[in-house]
Order: sequence, then C-alpha cells, then structure tokens
Amino acid sequence: MVMALASVDGKTASEDLASKPLTVRGLTVSYGEKPAVFSVDMTLTQGRMTAIVGPNGAGKSTLLKAALGIISPLAGKALVYGQPLKTQRHRIAYVPQRASVDWDFPTRVIDVVLMGLQRELGLLGRVRARHQARAMECLDRVGMRDFAERQIGQLSGGQQQRVFLARALAQSADLYMLDEPFAGVDAATERAIISVLKSLRAEGKTVVAVHHDLATVAEYFDDIFLINTRKVAEGPVESTFTAENLNQTYGGRLAMAQIDQLELAAG
Amino acid sequence: MFWQAVSLQLGYNATLVMIGAACLGIAAGVTGTFLFLRKRALVSDAISHATLPGVGLACMIMVTLGGDGRNLLGLLLGSAVSAWIGLLCVNWLTRRTRLAEDAAIGAILSVFFGLGIVLLTVIQTMSSGRQAGLEGFLLGSTAGMLWNEAMVIALGGAVTLALVVALRRPMTLVSFDPEYAAATGHNVARIDLAIMGLAMAVTVIGLKIVGLILIVAMLIIPPVTARFWTDRTDAMVIISGAAGGLAAYIGAAWSAVVPAVPTGPIIVLVSFAGFALSLLLAPNRGVLAAVLRHRRFQARVHLRQGLLAMAQGQPIYERYTMRILRRQGLIAADGVVTDDGRARAAKSLLDEKRWEIVRADQALEGAAALYDGLRALETVLTADQIADVDAKLGAPEGLT
Repeated sequence: MVMALASVDGKTASEDLASKPLTVRGLTVSYGEKPAVFSVDMTLTQGRMTAIVGPNGAGKSTLLKAALGIISPLAGKALVYGQPLKTQRHRIAYVPQRASVDWDFPTRVIDVVLMGLQRELGLLGRVRARHQARAMECLDRVGMRDFAERQIGQLSGGQQQRVFLARALAQSADLYMLDEPFAGVDAATERAIISVLKSLRAEGKTVVAVHHDLATVAEYFDDIFLINTRKVAEGPVESTFTAENLNQTYGGRLAMAQIDQLELAAG
Repeated sequence: MFWQAVSLQLGYNATLVMIGAACLGIAAGVTGTFLFLRKRALVSDAISHATLPGVGLACMIMVTLGGDGRNLLGLLLGSAVSAWIGLLCVNWLTRRTRLAEDAAIGAILSVFFGLGIVLLTVIQTMSSGRQAGLEGFLLGSTAGMLWNEAMVIALGGAVTLALVVALRRPMTLVSFDPEYAAATGHNVARIDLAIMGLAMAVTVIGLKIVGLILIVAMLIIPPVTARFWTDRTDAMVIISGAAGGLAAYIGAAWSAVVPAVPTGPIIVLVSFAGFALSLLLAPNRGVLAAVLRHRRFQARVHLRQGLLAMAQGQPIYERYTMRILRRQGLIAADGVVTDDGRARAAKSLLDEKRWEIVRADQALEGAAALYDGLRALETVLTADQIADVDAKLGAPEGLT
C-alpha cells in the first residue's frame, strides 16, 4: 500500500492543483481490516456539479467523509485548491446525511443555520442582527423562512434536509459537499435543493453530492464519479455515464431493463 | 441558652453549606446539560467512582509527607487525577476496543471503586485518628464544613461555569452534529474530553457535599428536568442550572433544619421532586399534557368519522362517537339528527370530496401533503382556490 502511494505522489506534483477544488490521491479507508474505499483518486473541477454514484456499501459516503477529514484515512490524502485540508476548511461546506443527527435535539431551525456561522462568531461573539439576517437569507433560499422559529423535531424529512442545506449556505463556501441530499425527501424539496445547487454552480461554486437515483443523474449533474470500493470511472456525464461503466460499478445488481430506461451516453 | 448556641453554630455552618451547595448545584446543572445532550450521562457515574482511589492515595501521600491527611484541596486534587485517569480509560476502551461504552463504564466504575475501598481500609488500619472523615466522600458530609472549604467549592464552581460559557458553542455543535463539527475543523475528541472534564470538575467539587455516589444525580436530574420546559439549548442550560442550584439550596437548608438528616441524599430527593413535577405538569412534553392532547385528538377523529357516517346515512356503532355527537348537540337525546348536525355532516362530506380533488391535483401537491382526514380545507387553501376546487366538483363526471 505504501508503495502504491509513493508512485501516486510523484504524479500529483506535476499537476496544477491550485485550480482544483478537491484532489484526492491514493485514498484508502478501512473499517477494521476491510477497506471501504481502496486507493481512490478523484479530481473535482471548478464550477461543476459532480455525482458520486455506486451501489450500497460502495464507500460513497466514506470517500466524502475521509476527504473532509471526518474519518482519518489509512493512506492517501486530499488537497483543497492545492493546499492541505486544514488550511482550507473555511472554503468547504458539508451537508451530512439527515439521519446522522437526533432531531429531538432542543434547538430551533434558525439556531441550526447559525451553526454555519460559528467560524465567524467565534467562542464568545454575540449573535448580531446581521448574523440573524444572513441566516434568514439562507433559509429563504431553501424556502424555509417561515420555519425559522420552529423546533427542529417538528420538521418533515425534506424540511430537515433543506435546513441542513441552509446551514451549509451560511458558511459562504466555495466547495459544497453533500451526502445523499435527495434521500427520502419529497418532490418539492428535491426541486428546491436542485435549484439551489444550480444557482451555486451559476455563481462559480463547485458541488459534489453522493447520489442514489440513476434516473436523475443526467438531468442534475455535469460530472459523474463511479465507485465500488475502487474508482470505476470519472468524467463528464455525457461520456462517462455509460451502460458499460454502470455494469462495471454495480456488477449484476442492476438489471438490464433498468439500464435501458436511463438516458445514457452512447458507450 | 444551650439551644441558642447550637442554633447559632448551626446557622453559621448551615449558611456555608447552603451557599456551597447552591454553587455546586448550578455548576452541576449547567455542566450536566452538555453531558446529557451528548448522550453521555452515564460517563459521569464512572468518573465519580473513579475519584475514590485518588482520595485514598492523596491522603496517604500527604500523611507520608508529614502533612494533614484531610486537607480538602489535596484530597480533591488527588481525586481529580484518578478521575481523569478513569475517564481516559473509558475513552480508550470505547474507541480502541470492541467494548461498548456501557461495558467500559461498568468495568472502570467497579474496578476504581474497589481499589478506592481497599485504599481506605488500608488507611484505617495504618494509623488511627487522622483518616477520620474519608468515608464522608462516599455520601458527603457537611457537618463541620470550614470557611475555606466552602470557598474552594464556590471558586471551583465559578471557574467551571465560566469554562462552560466559553465552550458552549463547540459543545452544543458537537452534541448535535459531531460529523459536521469535524468537517468544520472542530476537534471532536478534544471537545468531548472537555465536556467530560468539566463534569469531572463538578464531581470533584461536589465530593464534600453530596459524595461520589450521589453526585451523578446532580449532573443528570436537572438537565432532564429542564428538557421538559424548553426546546432551546441555551434556555435549557439556564433552566437546568437554576433547577440544580435551587434543589441544592433547598436540600441543604432542609437538612440543616432537620437534625441527623444527611445533606446529599436530601438534595437528590428535592431535585427528584422537581423532576417528577416537570414530568407530570410540563406543557407539551409533560405526561398530563400528552394525555390531554391525545384525548382531544381522539375526540376530533370520532367527531369527524361520526359526521361522515351521518352524511352518508351509515349507522354509528361506537358509543364514544355517539356521546360526542350528542354532547355537541348534533344528535338529539332520542337519537334523531338535529338540524345543526345535518348541516355539519353535509359540510364534512363536502370537505372530504374537495380534499379528494385536491389530492388528485398535481398542482396542489403541497396542500395535499397536509391531508390528515381532520384538517379543514380553509386552513390550507385560499377562498379562490376552494372555488376552483368546487368548480371541478360541480362538473359532470365525464368531464373531469
């Protein structure tokens, strides 16, 4: 594993990484002694939306979390705009899976969004009117302004997801990393989220999301990253979202009938 | 005369104990809130039991060095060191081995406590006289509390409180969403240690008053009580601190007035009384409120079902439904539907048909999601929208 890393390191030096929002090289993450992600390289392009696609347990979320430093990888590294993650955290906004928190936590919608401003607030800084206004603006963008004072336990799944997105927006980051933003949300929420993500792209921001629904990949995303523990393929949806790549990613788990229904690139 | 002297003496000591207890109660309530929110309340049990070997060792060391084996500051320092070691052990076992946290807590708690008891016994046999009072750390002993001891407790409580205020944001964030906290550059492991380290500080400070066995109650009961009254973290911290401080103050006063009643257990019982009242009476989250809410909801469901049955000329079998319809004057005592009842029934049926249209309409998806069989359409749609729905309702079957 160490040898594999060294060769990858030699290659990264020659690339122009400063313009790339995220570069992952030789990343291996293991729970116990079974790698969930093995020696994966990934490069995101500025101003594009990338879907991370793969079967259950393929390491999609793990890849995202390891790239963010939430779990420490066994090998490999992630660079953000060519710099170590530690110095660039303020440029990244993360939207975790909705189910990862306890929604009976005693807090209001607006308080959750204000968590996105912690860096600015510091330990003791007071929450001022302009912070409140920023948080409300972000809630407005996801269509949740009227819910600001609600206890978070009263929200539906889709509303919870939108609150998480609003918290990420409050960070005013350059790179948005979302873990299954469309899982178990209603159609209205899905539309709201995708329109926010597209508006972020229009501002030149970069978006990467773990995505489940193959039917909407072509409609929502520019690039696709196919993974099943190892990287299968990476590139623009038009050229990479092919039946062959999908078969390679999902193995026999994806019926041909399902694949036929997708708007695939000619492969 | 004698009685007066005693009560004066009692008065001074009682004042010291009450002030010390109130400081401790506030610090424990505030600190315990984050322990509770992080779902680590039981860790405090391991921490508190892990203080005992430190107390014993500190006493031995101080005696060996020729000092007073009962110096409170020295004993508290010793207990802090051993509690910290116990805390690190629980952390290490949970993170590095396959042991679940509850098992790790159980193991550390009993081993440290056992070691502590052994040390205390050894001290007792080693030298007589000097060790008297160490057992007081088990259940607390406030008799003969000194001025500087009360000051140690009050100061410790104040410092703990200040640290909690300074760290409240990261501690809240880590409690709510540790992954997001890590992604935004917070060191989750270190903040967790801070939460538990503060709980440890409170435990050490509280050893003298409530003792290590019952200090857990002061860390856990106030936040649980506070949770009944609020849905906001900052309010919860304040309510919890107030509840803890008040219970400790009242408990200490009570134990001072009634002779031969131990302070620690009384404080815990007073605290529990506050919890029991909250459990029953709190709005929204209280048991009574929940029962009432359920009854009201049940009555609405029965009323609605009864009205729909009336409108469609179906028989009503359920006694409860009949009783509600009668009580509302929709059915007369002899079982005949009143005019009012006829009107309400017709309205219910119309509403139900309107809802059917709404739920079939893609454009009204947002409103349709709110359908629960009870909600009045007027609260969801505007008058114009309802008119549109009615237009569709009125159209001949074949056209819609």
